[in-house]
Amino acid sequence: MKEVQLLTEHYSKPEYRTLKGYQQWGGYETLKKALKMPPQQIIDEVKNSGLRGRGGAGFPTGMKWGFLPKNGEPRFLLCNGDEGEPGTFKDRIIFEQAPHQLIEGMIISGFAIGSKKGYIYIRGEYKKPAAIIEAALGEAYEVGLLGKNILGTGIDFDLDVYWGAGAYICGEETGMISSLEGDKGQPKLKPPFPAVQGYLKKPTIVNNVETLAAVVPIIRDGATAYRQFGTEKSPGTKLFSLSGNVNKPGNYEVSLGTPLKDLIYDFGGGIKGDRQLKAVIPGGSSAPVLTADEVLKANLDYESLAGLGTMLGSGAVIVIDDSQCMVDLLGVLTHFYSHESCGQCTPCREGTGWLNKIVHSILEGRGRLQDIELLEKVAHQMKGKTICALSDAAALPVISFITKFRDEFEFYVREGRSKVKGISHAKMHH
Amino acid sequence: MFQLSEEGLQKVQTELKRYESRQSAVIPALYIAQKENGGHVTSEVIDHLSQVMDIPVSRINEVFKFYTMFNQKNVGKYHVQICNNISCVLNGSRELTQHILESFHCKLNDMTLDGKLTVSSVECLGACGMAPMMQINEDYHENLTPEKAVEILKGLK
Repeated sequence: MKEVQLLTEHYSKPEYRTLKGYQQWGGYETLKKALKMPPQQIIDEVKNSGLRGRGGAGFPTGMKWGFLPKNGEPRFLLCNGDEGEPGTFKDRIIFEQAPHQLIEGMIISGFAIGSKKGYIYIRGEYKKPAAIIEAALGEAYEVGLLGKNILGTGIDFDLDVYWGAGAYICGEETGMISSLEGDKGQPKLKPPFPAVQGYLKKPTIVNNVETLAAVVPIIRDGATAYRQFGTEKSPGTKLFSLSGNVNKPGNYEVSLGTPLKDLIYDFGGGIKGDRQLKAVIPGGSSAPVLTADEVLKANLDYESLAGLGTMLGSGAVIVIDDSQCMVDLLGVLTHFYSHESCGQCTPCREGTGWLNKIVHSILEGRGRLQDIELLEKVAHQMKGKTICALSDAAALPVISFITKFRDEFEFYVREGRSKVKGISHAKMHH
Repeated sequence: MFQLSEEGLQKVQTELKRYESRQSAVIPALYIAQKENGGHVTSEVIDHLSQVMDIPVSRINEVFKFYTMFNQKNVGKYHVQICNNISCVLNGSRELTQHILESFHCKLNDMTLDGKLTVSSVECLGACGMAPMMQINEDYHENLTPEKAVEILKGLK
């Protein structure tokens, strides 16, 4: 088993983060090629590559670009670098190890969609990654890769950084737009979609960091070459953030369609210590959990994981060993979603709070058997009823944890302690 | 009364011109003011920003209250934020948190008496593969053990 390095081939070289180092390995040659192409041809190439949004939703990128109005209205290109889905730390390595790849991808994408202004929205805690991106922007401006008349082509594109300030919801594209507009990061009702009415009500494309970086190899080698990797419906490669109870956690770029067990056992070196695999959350904390048996059947592509009732999400694979208590872990997740609900929609604001209170009453030994059903009922009522997907994201782990590990929940309620750990977790939850 | 320094005022003015809309400068301005006010934001800070930015108090206040990186009460010289989300919990972050609290005789979110430390438990900071971790002011410290974390904190001046 080998990593496929379309994006990350040179990431281990420290000089790759500088303009000189990046150019030494072919950096900005793709931009020169792209600026000679008709913009529509770039859009078609991205469409034909089958690239899907790498932030979590997996929406086809070329199709998203196609929703922009055809006339010459000013439009914006926003890079979503608010990486916050628990388990995810992949955009961070692009910021830290290949800032120019992201910038090159953004200039190409901006040119393709007719945008003259882009922002990189980066989560506030990523101070070091932001400093690296800012230094790279400075270098790019200095040699005329950004600004007016890029490389003498008459094309203009400005790029700036905007810092978030600690809010998971700003990873949702319309929440991010609200935040960039200087407001609370509350998502906006769709339609109108951002492509029609986004940042300051202007046509806007929001793409994830990894998505924009992937535009570079797609335009460099062409859509057909990109499709040599991955599956029919999930072409190309993707970065997977592997974490939890594994020997070698880290970011791995693999072809989509790679068996999930290969990521865990080959790249990740298997389960830490002498433990056995119990469960895996395959796409960030919002993705329904898989049992160890299901893991053996799962491939890392959009359709295989959807077939197992879960999702590829952001590509964050969280490995859970058999010493872990699922009731305890669900308490960690319900706390997260109740903390991060923006409070705008009632089913989410109230629902996330209640889910958290009920799970914690079980963890504190106050649970009743009917609370398990109550959790499921509340979770089902939170699905599909709100402006954005956070409510669903909070509900899905609850439903999947209970459905697949019901015996642990029932034991906890009956005995007032964890079936696995033998203890009560009351004092461990802050 | 809180007042921005000459330099801080300049920075806020620059931010007001940096984006398409002046309102976009509120988040950067809150960062600037928080730093000058020693790490947290008060209603005086908001009033002052409202005046110099010509943006209503309510508009700044709702933004301030929404984001977790703006502190509503005073924090120590070193704000220690320990991630206690799932990947970190799987790797012992709660035991690490407990060990730190016991070693420095403090409670979560309460500043130590000497004003040096405030320890908080926070959500995912994007260091899941390097768990457990803590952020001290702006810096990440990763692949920690409880002992290593306490050693780092004891070394702070």
